[in-house]
Amino acid sequence: MAVLTVGVAVQRNLFSVVILSGIYSFLMATVLVALDAVDVGMTEASVGAGVSSVLLLGALTLCGGEEAKPLNRRWLPLLLAAVIVGALVYGTLGLPGFADPNAPIHMVVAPRYLERAVTETGVPNVVTAVLASYRGYDTLGETTVVFTAGAGVIALLRRRRRAAKGAK
Amino acid sequence: MSVLGHYNYWVTVFLMTAGLYIVIARGNLVKKLIGLSIFQTSVYLLYVAPGKVIGGTAPIIAPGYTLYSNPLPHVLILTAIVVGVATLALGLALAVRIHEQYGSIEEDEILAADREAEERA
Repeated sequence: MAVLTVGVAVQRNLFSVVILSGIYSFLMATVLVALDAVDVGMTEASVGAGVSSVLLLGALTLCGGEEAKPLNRRWLPLLLAAVIVGALVYGTLGLPGFADPNAPIHMVVAPRYLERAVTETGVPNVVTAVLASYRGYDTLGETTVVFTAGAGVIALLRRRRRAAKGAK
Repeated sequence: MSVLGHYNYWVTVFLMTAGLYIVIARGNLVKKLIGLSIFQTSVYLLYVAPGKVIGGTAPIIAPGYTLYSNPLPHVLILTAIVVGVATLALGLALAVRIHEQYGSIEEDEILAADREAEERA
């Protein structure tokens, strides 16, 4: 995955970048399934690798696929990135280790969902139960965000079609 | 505390900074958006990895299993993925519009065109 990320950063042909990011998304989906997040893995494979790639390719056909030479100021971002890596790695040292069953995240809230989800909602998949039942308002908000984004896309691209008609 | 126990965090940190670097250092708007989505996937990893329990299984209640991974981060990240693709679509639509207006999606060329327009005005 690191190799692919560096490939995305270095490669200047945008079509190969899109393909690389699709592969990256599939890899990420496999990692998520290995971490027991099967629902998230499936969503990432279909949305991240599928829909995103289609959107990116669609945008590239409209915008052209070659990136110009990178800007001159290359060392400042690299330096900034290195500083941030240092700070974040220092921060992770205080976090609980991987898959530690006694980590605070497993102590509160989650056991309650796991114990009562079936009796309270009748859905054996706890992820679905929490998403659609306990946190249904969140999902409603999410749908609103998606709707707004879709409306924004339509508004942006419709003006363009009208402008093209006016030019003729 | 062990070195291996924090490996997942360090992968997250690497992906996050790589995404940030692409966003800052690259002038192409589509490339910036791809960097942004790499940044996003690193956050998925940051959330989902601590939810894993050794010996646990996916949080689907079934007889014969007692130890499940934490379902809460999965729910949050499902929402994040969908919102992420919505943002990506909006960003790409903006990039397409900018391309029509300026004939380019390179940041420096757009800024140069803006400066020229200002001088003429």
